[in-house]
Amino acid sequence: MIKFTLNGKTIETDAPATVRLLDFIREEQLLIGTKEGCGEGECGACSVFVNNLLQNSCLIPIGSIEGADVVTIEGIMESEQFKNLDESYSHAGGVQCGYCIPGMVMASAALLSQNPHPSEAEIREGISGNLCRCTGYNMIVDAINLAAKKGDGLWQKK
Amino acid sequence: MNLKDISTSVPRKDHKGKVSGQLPYISDVKVENMVYGVLFRSPIAYGKIKSIQLPDLPEGYEAVGAEHIPGPNYVKIIKEDQPIFANEWVNYIGEPILMLVGENLDVLYRLLDEVKIEFEEHQAIYTLEEAIKQKSAPGVNMANYEFGESLDTITSIELKAHQIIEEEYDTGYQEHVYLEPQGMLAIYKEDEIVVQGSMQCLYYIKNALVNALDCGDDDVRVVQSPTGGGFGGKEEFPSMMACHVAVAAKAVKKSVMLVFDRSEDMVVTTKRHPAKLKYRTAIDREGNILSMCIEIFLDGGANVGLSSVVLQRALLNSAGVYKIPHFHAKGYVLKTNTVPNGAFRGFGAPQSFAGIESHIGHLSKLANNDPLEYKRKYLVKQGDPTITKGNFRDPILMEDMIEVLLKSSNYKKKKQKYHQLNQQNQRYKKGIGTSLFLHGCGFTGSGERDHIKAKVKLAKSKDDQVSLKISNSDMGQGILTTLSKIVAKELDLPLENVLYPYPDTKEVPDSGPTVASRTTMIVGKLLERAAKKLKAQWQTGVEQEVTEDYVHREMIPWNEKTFTGDAYPAYSWGVNIVEVEVDTLTGNIKLEKVFANYEVGKVIDDRVMKGQIDGGLAQGLAYGYLEKMTSKEGKIQQKSITDYGPPTSLDVVSIQSKVFDNPYADGPYGAKGAGELTLIGGAPAVQAAIEDALQIPFQQIPITPEVIIESLYVREGEQG
Repeated sequence: MIKFTLNGKTIETDAPATVRLLDFIREEQLLIGTKEGCGEGECGACSVFVNNLLQNSCLIPIGSIEGADVVTIEGIMESEQFKNLDESYSHAGGVQCGYCIPGMVMASAALLSQNPHPSEAEIREGISGNLCRCTGYNMIVDAINLAAKKGDGLWQKK
Repeated sequence: MNLKDISTSVPRKDHKGKVSGQLPYISDVKVENMVYGVLFRSPIAYGKIKSIQLPDLPEGYEAVGAEHIPGPNYVKIIKEDQPIFANEWVNYIGEPILMLVGENLDVLYRLLDEVKIEFEEHQAIYTLEEAIKQKSAPGVNMANYEFGESLDTITSIELKAHQIIEEEYDTGYQEHVYLEPQGMLAIYKEDEIVVQGSMQCLYYIKNALVNALDCGDDDVRVVQSPTGGGFGGKEEFPSMMACHVAVAAKAVKKSVMLVFDRSEDMVVTTKRHPAKLKYRTAIDREGNILSMCIEIFLDGGANVGLSSVVLQRALLNSAGVYKIPHFHAKGYVLKTNTVPNGAFRGFGAPQSFAGIESHIGHLSKLANNDPLEYKRKYLVKQGDPTITKGNFRDPILMEDMIEVLLKSSNYKKKKQKYHQLNQQNQRYKKGIGTSLFLHGCGFTGSGERDHIKAKVKLAKSKDDQVSLKISNSDMGQGILTTLSKIVAKELDLPLENVLYPYPDTKEVPDSGPTVASRTTMIVGKLLERAAKKLKAQWQTGVEQEVTEDYVHREMIPWNEKTFTGDAYPAYSWGVNIVEVEVDTLTGNIKLEKVFANYEVGKVIDDRVMKGQIDGGLAQGLAYGYLEKMTSKEGKIQQKSITDYGPPTSLDVVSIQSKVFDNPYADGPYGAKGAGELTLIGGAPAVQAAIEDALQIPFQQIPITPEVIIESLYVREGEQG
């Protein structure tokens, strides 16, 4: 039995310890916002928070997250911070095909939570583990910059 | 919708579903009674199948192969050379032979390991070089064209010339790396197979299915799922996957899902054709061009697919944006026993522009001229003939675009400054380079009139909402928004009252595939006309429907046999300036600045256009120095994204771009194509910048650190 929390809900599962967290989220919990782009930890489409840290859920066997706090895009969708990112991505034109975007939004949230006013270089560094093939990144960088500006106070370090 | 200017940006229609991740892509879909499929693929490059031995399949697991195909065993594209399931000969490593279907993917992969196939191996052709040597052998030449002035004329000019310059130029594979891997689902119903998935061309798939299933028009239906990037990779390839799942669904009477993981996607799907381009140019004493002969060889891979059409575009762009006094070109698609190559944003043009921009740049050195100044001497002007005796009939703004970019980039001053800096700095060298390019919008020649015959429909409901009924896919380029916007503006409706549901062939007429920079210009124009028609007969509270058919703009008729006439109805144009810093110790290239001017008629949405510019340039720049894919004895060597190396956020810099208005009469609000154009100038500008930094000519892309170190080493040797 493995026990952890997912988006605030307690999960107790008999699934084998080797099941990937990504598959558990998608196949068992039917949460589709976490996408699979490569399955090898290279693209970031499956980004989630594990104990507040940005992680690729395709690389995590659920056996390794006993007691952890896991949050997916569905877990932040109702927050003010998400609203801030949602509006900024829309305004800056950060979304094209959309497949990388939930992961990119998670990476953006992780970055801004750590560093509420990042420089352009820090933004580029912060999302460098998340691949996007459509935008060439610049409009995503703009979106995060805008979120930092408009979200003044929202992203204060606790 | 009351926008003063159509270009003013509006929010994307699909933003909410995408930003929250709740819009379901095909791999997010589950239907009742669904099983998975996995493909057994050829482990050899060329040979005959002698026997197939299947493992004992547990209950609920079945094998599907050529014997289950109701119709002929080929994927209908252009030629009949691509089997759905290979059952006699295999022509490349990775060619599908059979499919195992069942509920559990882990079980399926285990069973796949136990399939035993005996082959009689034959000598394969692995490289384009080998194929060129064997080009007269049967089956190697898959397509060829030749055109231009007679070789006699060219020879007589060459005889009097001061010098003949010959160069060979090589371009490599490029892999699409759409973030969403390919995926297709066939939903089994008693009277209908519904195929749903990630795709650009619904009716290509439908036609392939009607052929493979040998069924009636109403027996299959194709529905596009939200598509996570295409770039041409989801143009013809999905037709094969659709045949696989549909044949399997028919055979096992269950719904069948086929989704690739990244390594399968990288190894077996189509890629940009590797190419060899040969230039032979006669010049006079001052370095002026007297004549030019070009030969292009494309590595088609194992099936012809769309390669003949890709070759046409490569040839049509072979002279770049230049008026060459006497010109002759020929080209070949050659068969190799490697993964079939296919459509990729630019469709043959990126290879040609990389080659011609490189060659002209090298010629400018012989003329002791700045590359850009030399290029401008040959720039085509309105009214000039094209290389196929067509005509550049619309205004060309390239001179203005160049002037503006020279100022905004400070090109001349920087060039001098960098040359001085490079004298002082031994390790880091800076350079600045340019590229000039165009893109022909829409299908080549009379394709729209003779083959596509696009039709669009607008359907108005009782509550006065208007739906777009067209077969075009939004794969990220934003047509859900831009095409809706054209209709909303024309009808003066709020954007939310114009609906564009994901297309379903049961609901929409064939408005053609989502390719060739045609969607905004051709389909958008038809929608604009349909909206005008609907407006004229608008009755509030009443259901109404209007349709519009493609009307051909008469030009100089295209003749594919003689390769003469107007190849395209219109052209979009671009100028790029790129600055790099090269580390001569490691060979690493750092992109420093990118400037870009474009002319696409009229922009339908500024933000969407900027997305096309930045994204297209990132792909085009990376094609020149970053992305490298190779094949060894028929096997693709890069099986993961990191092995291949598409740009991350750290590789790209902010891009200063400007788009010029030059409305085109046959595009909606004057719009022409924009999607492919933005990729084309990237690689040649990067190469020019690297050459400027190192003062070394290169004859290939990608120019990777290895290539740079080797060339520096060679130069050191030459200098003793």
